[in-house]
Amino acid sequence: MTRDPIGLALAAMTRLAGSDWLDRLRLRPAVEQAAFHGTRAGFQTLHLTNRQFRRAKQWLPTQRLSKRATPELFDLGLDDDQQMIVDTLARLARDTLRPAAAEADEAGALPADLHQSIAELGLPLYAIPESLGGVAEHQSPVTSVLIAEQLAWGDMALAMALLAPFSVAQALTHWGTGEQQSRFLPAFCESEPAVATIAVDEPTPMFDPHRLTTRARRTRNGYCLDGEKCGVVLGDVSDLILVAATLEHQPRLFLVPGTTPGLQRQGEPAMGLRAAQLTRLTFRDCQLEADALLGDDDFDYNAFLDYGSLLRCGLAVGTAQAVLDYIIPYCNERKAFGEPISHRQAVAFAISNLAIETDSMRLLAWRAASRAETGQSWHREACLARQFCNDKAVEIGTQGVQLLGGHGFTREHPVERWYRDLRSIAVYYGGTHA
Amino acid sequence: MYLDIPRKFSPIIHQARQVAREVFRPISRKYDRAEHSYPRELDMFATIMDGMNAGSGEATAGAGKLAQSGPKGDTGNRNGTNMNTVLGLTELCWGDVGLALSIPRQGLGNAAIAAVANDEQLARFGDTWAAMAITEPGAGSDSAAIRTTATIDGDHYVINGEKIYVTAGDRANAVVVWASLDPSQGRAAIKSFVVEKGTPGMTVERLEKKLGIRASDTATLRFDNCRIPRENLLGNPDIEAEKGFAGAMQTFDNTRPVVAAMAVGVGRAALERTRELLAGTGLDLDYRLQGWTQNAAVRELQRLEAELDAAWLLTLRAAWMADNGQPNSCEASMAKAKAGRVGNEITLRCVELCSHLGFAESELLEKWARDSKILDIFEGTQQIQLLIIARRLLGKSSRELK
Repeated sequence: MTRDPIGLALAAMTRLAGSDWLDRLRLRPAVEQAAFHGTRAGFQTLHLTNRQFRRAKQWLPTQRLSKRATPELFDLGLDDDQQMIVDTLARLARDTLRPAAAEADEAGALPADLHQSIAELGLPLYAIPESLGGVAEHQSPVTSVLIAEQLAWGDMALAMALLAPFSVAQALTHWGTGEQQSRFLPAFCESEPAVATIAVDEPTPMFDPHRLTTRARRTRNGYCLDGEKCGVVLGDVSDLILVAATLEHQPRLFLVPGTTPGLQRQGEPAMGLRAAQLTRLTFRDCQLEADALLGDDDFDYNAFLDYGSLLRCGLAVGTAQAVLDYIIPYCNERKAFGEPISHRQAVAFAISNLAIETDSMRLLAWRAASRAETGQSWHREACLARQFCNDKAVEIGTQGVQLLGGHGFTREHPVERWYRDLRSIAVYYGGTHA
Repeated sequence: MYLDIPRKFSPIIHQARQVAREVFRPISRKYDRAEHSYPRELDMFATIMDGMNAGSGEATAGAGKLAQSGPKGDTGNRNGTNMNTVLGLTELCWGDVGLALSIPRQGLGNAAIAAVANDEQLARFGDTWAAMAITEPGAGSDSAAIRTTATIDGDHYVINGEKIYVTAGDRANAVVVWASLDPSQGRAAIKSFVVEKGTPGMTVERLEKKLGIRASDTATLRFDNCRIPRENLLGNPDIEAEKGFAGAMQTFDNTRPVVAAMAVGVGRAALERTRELLAGTGLDLDYRLQGWTQNAAVRELQRLEAELDAAWLLTLRAAWMADNGQPNSCEASMAKAKAGRVGNEITLRCVELCSHLGFAESELLEKWARDSKILDIFEGTQQIQLLIIARRLLGKSSRELK
């Protein structure tokens, strides 16, 4: 659009209103200042620790978790371990995550004390074999989905922050060489566990995780990494970043310590997931050592993306369930025309459909996970689950706000936050389908 | 947790698939065109099926033996009759919905008998082909508004009224009729009665001409002082407030997942055929492309496939719960609501995806798009299912949430 004189005048005024010298000349009302700086006060956030990952002098042989045997019968029941994890995390979600969610969203940061209580819980241990300090006996994609579901019921952004290190540990367990496992995994089992994250997405429309513009090339001593990543959970404070990059025309993952020269971090808050401290990362001539490439010939990028999809589905299910659990009592209590609005079919049917689609999402995610866990092909099932969750998550988010009417549009109610968070489901990893 | 079909069901699935492929598909178009003529091919097949059922205990593909299983002593996980039936009917309806509904002795009337009959009645009617007569000209989804009456007269009940939309009403050997012992007492007085074919006073008024499932006859029955023995009342003859009707409605908890399975079957047929036709155009149908850069038809196909699988899993869940003695009213309705609308959407969309090939009678796609509509209507319409689900979720009575 070409600017006419009025447009130019308005543009100049906007720049003036936003510039610093208004503040230096103390021309801005005090109250506006407070609005600008106030929110982070009294809110302890996580800080970057500059952790070093020392090479193990004697490393263990590569550890791989076994798959479970295929059960004889269709079964929707959880086993005792799964039930225990679900119960524990449901309590955590209800008592800790949900009460902290609104303030964390407002502050755009993960509360440090929350991080501490999660550290005590030791989530990554479920992804790490016993010989390396964890508690995992089998590959357990089902457990991963259940964990994501329960945590996201409390808050999706906090869940993602808590799951980021878990996912990195999982990838190391799956594909890491013995040397990489011995070097990095013990750090997840310490009382102050490493903060780690995964960086796949890049700032381009219709992002395709198979066409990465972030590139690695071999050098004499290892690799050189160049490129840009966005939407990285806890990207500003992570000690270890698992970066997807093209190496010789193949997508691969690189273990990049947070202390690597040439790595720049810039906070980039988004529509939702604000407590997850989404960050844009820039890699300029980052020199990586020879063992930075995750895994060897058995590395499976598609499976890595599929695990990401499963987790995303788990998050979607958890938050969708939160929406459902919130609107049912609301619509029963809210009265219009002399009776609860839930007495109207237009409202009641919307709730029925929300429940149907939430359960559909859950069953599709569980099926894909249970196939992965028992060593059957599961790529198709993961794709279908992801595509379904991509569509329905946003539908459920928008219905959640709609059913509360004007109240749903305000931050008095969490549906406003869930609406923003659920939009992210179809965004990560380009929404694929990979 | 395991959400796939266990290997132990492979024989029943294989058997039903053979029937669908070798018996139903070859005559599918023939009886779609020749509405109201009896598919004679089914007689021999039904005899074979009876033999298979007798030989294999609980392994049956029809709806005839449906019942809610209790946790009989063992508390372990069960995959039983309900799962079996759901798996079998899915395959049969992949072949042809109308023909599947016309298999002798496997109708929903038989399911009603299996669900509420006592031992003596099971012995008498267990092997009878029974149709189900609920709907009336003035009572569709609102089955509590039934006006057909059953008046006691000595050792008999005298039935008067009119029933419409009775599937296999002309062909079956008996009809399970829903009638009221006392219309002034509302739904509690509604009972089901077995009326055997040829009973004086019961006449077939006419057969409907329909949008789809034309191989299946849909009868209007008239009852004019039709006398039946008192022992033909299924279940408890006493009028207990609400409880009696709840018992009758409970049949639906078992039959709704079956109808959901039927919708999944026809939806799967359409998707499979569409996939074949699209593959023939050279499209890459693999699940490995970025959603927004892949071909629009392929993306749509995968979306429909996800919807179908969702309906399928909801159906398996409802059947699994019934097999394990868990109350599944809400879940049965979820399965029926989702599968009913998804089956319809898929079959209609597949016609569109295949252009005129989908619309013309040279393919079965247009037929499936007509057949699927009824599955979102009978055994409770989409709207009735949503109502049931909502009442459960919100804790509302039928008086509060109308």
